[in-house]
Amino acid sequence: MRRETLLNAVIMGALLLVPLWAWVADEPFTITLATRVAILSLAGVGLNIALGLGGLVSLGHAIFFGIGGYAMGILASHAQDYSPLLESPFLIEGTKSMPVIWLVAIVTSALAALVIGALSLRTSGVYFIMITLAFGQMFFFFTISWPAYGGEDGLSIYVRNGFPGLNTLDPIQFFAICFVLLSLALFASSRISRSPFGLALTAARQSETRVLTVGIDSFRLRLVAFTISGAITGLAGALFADLNRFVSPTMFSWQTSGEIIIFVILGGVGRLFGPVAGAALFILLEHFLGGLSEFWQIYLGFLLLAVVLFARGGLIGTLAGREVAHD
Amino acid sequence: MTEPVLETRNLTKRFGALTASDGVSLDLRAGEIHALIGPNGAGKSTLIAQIAGSLAPDEGSVLFNGEDVTRLDTVARARRGLGRTFQISALAMEHTVLQNALLGAVGATGRAFRFFRPVLKDTALLARATEALARVGLQDLAARQTAELSHGQRRQLEVAVALTLKPRAFLMDEPMAGLGAGGSKRLTTFLGELRREAPILLVEHDMDAVFALADRISVLVYGRLIATGTVDEIRADREVRRAYLGEDA
Repeated sequence: MRRETLLNAVIMGALLLVPLWAWVADEPFTITLATRVAILSLAGVGLNIALGLGGLVSLGHAIFFGIGGYAMGILASHAQDYSPLLESPFLIEGTKSMPVIWLVAIVTSALAALVIGALSLRTSGVYFIMITLAFGQMFFFFTISWPAYGGEDGLSIYVRNGFPGLNTLDPIQFFAICFVLLSLALFASSRISRSPFGLALTAARQSETRVLTVGIDSFRLRLVAFTISGAITGLAGALFADLNRFVSPTMFSWQTSGEIIIFVILGGVGRLFGPVAGAALFILLEHFLGGLSEFWQIYLGFLLLAVVLFARGGLIGTLAGREVAHD
Repeated sequence: MTEPVLETRNLTKRFGALTASDGVSLDLRAGEIHALIGPNGAGKSTLIAQIAGSLAPDEGSVLFNGEDVTRLDTVARARRGLGRTFQISALAMEHTVLQNALLGAVGATGRAFRFFRPVLKDTALLARATEALARVGLQDLAARQTAELSHGQRRQLEVAVALTLKPRAFLMDEPMAGLGAGGSKRLTTFLGELRREAPILLVEHDMDAVFALADRISVLVYGRLIATGTVDEIRADREVRRAYLGEDA
């Protein structure tokens, strides 16, 4: 077995066994911590398709995270106070059903990514970073000034949404849902990265001219990648809102975009399990260092500096070595 | 006479006061190698860029298989069968040699938007890519990372990627550069055979290769074509000798 495959198995095993142990030992807080890791990993898996494969440094992925969150918040808030979401021209009611909410989160964030991508992918480099940041800020301030759904205070959902046949209020069952969705996204991500699309997308990152010369439209490649990426991060947003039973404009903030980037960089840009390793490390640091000092992000800063300067492959790259191109 | 495969008509491109292409009309006929020569700064790269579609001309038109492609971009021209190689390698350096060839196969077969099946399990793509690598003699380096290749090998890979497109015309910008004497000789033999599959518009500094290969030669000086003709005609042309071959007539 390749070293990276082994490492991936260890990471995934730990993410599964720690909450199982916590379940047996009756430590619900640890399960919640693991659930956070799974959800934030999922957001990172989404970004990794744009950033890792496509080389698109998006400082606006909080948009999709937030759209997923508000898709959950809006649908569930209407369901919990029995008010219709829309009466004319046709009736739309709220829902407390997770699968429906996920679908809405995926579709709306994919649409947003398609539109934002179509506009911002005309630029590249630092302009792309700035334009995605600008879109993010637009969403952030829009939700702050939108009183219908809580404005600055956000929206509280009192009971977690339901999934057929499961008790989602039981932490281990909700964790299981998030873990399965993360696994599915990782599987999709691994297939995409080895597909013809993945080959063309990674080649476009290295030499746009090459891709154009063999008759492949690089803009379309990136737009599709950005859309898939946004959809996955949107799903993570819906789960994150369900974990906290709360959504607020913070989900749209540029700090959120930055944190998702940090997961990917810490773990290893473009590595399949990079976002999982990065999110796990981030949550562990937040948990343990955050207990020591409220300025724990100073240490995160040093760590990030060390990764960027000395370990460009991130955690996965350092432990598993250079990327192997062939299977 | 049959219709040319590729043709430029009165192609003109200005950069400010500089006229990089000055009413260039040339054609590429089936089965031939047409060499484009000229001193540095003569506008060869500008001309190639306009033919390939990466640069829009100010005036004039480009015809490919009888179709006016002047308004089409690089992607559209590649899809119509224009295979280009670059003077400065444009390859995916982090990818393996095989992956670069596969990319050509993916583009040629229009499979870039397939998301599920691993590209390395697609036997049709693999066959196309490995065949192209074998033809330029890179089959043993298929698993090598492209960044590890020598300049000459990169040039060979450029040709291999173009081969995977099974193009209807080749546009080659200095394919011999960086090749040793042996490699240069092998590629000369190879291109000599290749012209039967599709004609080649060849920009080349290696005069031995040009004189050995070309059916016709066009000479570009200061953006203008000063002569087009067979090897013997060009060798004998006084203006060419004065302007380019550096001899006193």
